[in-house]
Amino acid sequence: MAKANNRASEQTAIVEQGLAPALKEAAFAALVTFGLCIPIVAWGTRQDLNNRLILDQRWDAVAWAVLIVFIGRLLVSLNKQRRSAGGGPLVSMPTALVPAMARLLPILAPLAIGFLFVFPIVAIFGSGWQGSIKWIDNFGVQILIYVMLGWGLNIVVGLAGLLDLGYVAFYAVGAYSYALFATKVIPATYPALGVWAFWICLPVAGLLAAFWGVLLGFPVLRLRGDYLAIVTLAFGEIIRLVLINWVDFSGGYAGISTIPRPSFFGIPFNASDSGFAAVFGLEFSPLYRTIFLYYVILMLALLTAFVTIRLRRMPVGRAWEALREDEIACRSLGINTTSTKLTAFAIGAGFGGVAGAFFSARQGFISPESFTFMESAVVLAIVVLGGMGSLWGVAIAAVAMIGGPELMREMDLLKPIFGADFDPTKYRMLIFGLAMVVIMIWKPRGLISTREPTAFLKESKSVSGSLVKEGHG
Amino acid sequence: MSAMTEPASAAATRTREPLLSVRGVKAYYGNIIALKGVDVDVHPGEIVTLIGANGAGKSTLMMTVFGNPRAREGQVIYGGQDITRTETHLIARMGLAQSPEGRRIFPRMTVYENLQIGASVDNFAHFDQDLERICTIFPRLKERLQQRGGTLSGGEQQMLAIGRALMSRPRLLMLDEPSLGLAPLIVKMIFDTIRDLNRSEGLTVFLVEQNAFHALKLAHRGYVMVNGVITMSGSGKELLANPQVRAAYLEGGRH
Repeated sequence: MAKANNRASEQTAIVEQGLAPALKEAAFAALVTFGLCIPIVAWGTRQDLNNRLILDQRWDAVAWAVLIVFIGRLLVSLNKQRRSAGGGPLVSMPTALVPAMARLLPILAPLAIGFLFVFPIVAIFGSGWQGSIKWIDNFGVQILIYVMLGWGLNIVVGLAGLLDLGYVAFYAVGAYSYALFATKVIPATYPALGVWAFWICLPVAGLLAAFWGVLLGFPVLRLRGDYLAIVTLAFGEIIRLVLINWVDFSGGYAGISTIPRPSFFGIPFNASDSGFAAVFGLEFSPLYRTIFLYYVILMLALLTAFVTIRLRRMPVGRAWEALREDEIACRSLGINTTSTKLTAFAIGAGFGGVAGAFFSARQGFISPESFTFMESAVVLAIVVLGGMGSLWGVAIAAVAMIGGPELMREMDLLKPIFGADFDPTKYRMLIFGLAMVVIMIWKPRGLISTREPTAFLKESKSVSGSLVKEGHG
Repeated sequence: MSAMTEPASAAATRTREPLLSVRGVKAYYGNIIALKGVDVDVHPGEIVTLIGANGAGKSTLMMTVFGNPRAREGQVIYGGQDITRTETHLIARMGLAQSPEGRRIFPRMTVYENLQIGASVDNFAHFDQDLERICTIFPRLKERLQQRGGTLSGGEQQMLAIGRALMSRPRLLMLDEPSLGLAPLIVKMIFDTIRDLNRSEGLTVFLVEQNAFHALKLAHRGYVMVNGVITMSGSGKELLANPQVRAAYLEGGRH
């Protein structure tokens, strides 16, 4: 009893003793924030109707930022002190949550995939015939595109360990391949194939993107890490700049419009007599196409995951992971690192290209604006935050990063706090930054950082410790 | 110790063509010369050791055989073929395996996966058999098959590096300082294993070591390297008895 009391007083002593330095640290962080906020947040400029530049003062926002940083830093410092003093943390991050989830994965996995399959139905029941389009399109389709991109980039970055900052290039190649084939090549050669354009071009777009992946791969074979990142970043920009400036080919800034939408295996989604609704005796609604698109991207994303899982268990996938760990060891074990890198680039890029083709078919309009470096950064952030190499981590990160801002826009209760014209997508970079910082502190190797082995042994192969000679420790 | 008596088979093969022959090899790191014209022969069925101080160029010689760095002058001949300009991964497919300096196992992959990568050279033709064999040679690895490589102890990692190299069924096994940072008992166990492999299967071994006493006791022949040049060579016994070797590498009379 006395001992416990003693220990408790000892604890408070440590906390009290540590409060001053923690406050100091927090004050310093707040000061830095204040300094940074003055040029970035405190003054905003806009043009009024007479084209005059107006200076807005936003000291309230600065005050909020400083306050948030102060409190956040204070909590982090106190937490660290408690931990080093041997006590439990003041605010505990749910670190145990992730391993627990990993253990539940065999149950969660079919549930999650099952939910994805019934999601459109849930949305229709939840928010009605009209309201569900938004949920299926803005949430379902949008998130799944990024899940697929994340899984595609995961092959290059997560498995093979090749840092690629220009992944959007392959997304663009896929999108423009479909757009150009469907609007120019097919009408000029076999117009009858028009309704099948999407299904023909999907693999073509993937193959073309894979080809460009190999093309990028060759010059960067000898590069690693930072240098590779710079070259791939430049590659992404080159593709975008070519699309902007080669107007005859790509339409420049104007982009390509009236891209044919996907058909239901030859039956178009329109109000005509041969359209989807008429053929199946339904009343015409744009919802059918949205639902169809949802299932298409769902299947494409699942295909990406399936291929990744299979490849990881094959020699080429194992070689990718070995390459990530130690390139020199790989080579001296007889692995051809050239072809290993090129296949990683090609397959990763191929999936990016397929996602791009889907994107342009869904939008009906594409322009170079859609393929900025920001997109590469978002996809890379998804892979890194999710945990390199982990399909589940990447999927969860994609839901959080893409679905999060969309969801915040839906939340009415945020409006009274931030004002009626609150648009969370404007704060996307802020949220990204925050998420990055939190993940770096909480789980520095991503949400799911434990690598799943690719080979599982039957019980019979494991030996009990008693059979092993002692003394060789 | 019976190792002192040279097996008759090794003596008999001496007259045959060497399995590996390094002839007048010069290698550079940038402009810095690391090997100044080295000649080394390894005959089939032999254990040959290369001893020398830190920075003498021992590891460089081993890596040069694998083409990284490439020899700027001279020739590396393996099994009668000139491999001086052959790509590293192709050399590994010719029956030459190495356990590199610092072991270089794949830390995030399991022991089983590490061994799988070692077997990728011959397309897993006899993977199960070879796995059994490695598990018999190193029972410790059998226990740890599902464990990640990075979680193994130093000795176990060395066993894994050797096991991984053996998965490709090499004719010549090259080991770079297998004793580095290991407890004497483990060093003895690993050296015993190398001797057993050589006796029972006729595996040819090229051993780069700083632990000169153990290496020379194990090897049929040895070379001494100083500053990128071979200064002495002879049978393990001869070198062990040589006063210069004793003074330079066996100082302190530990043994």
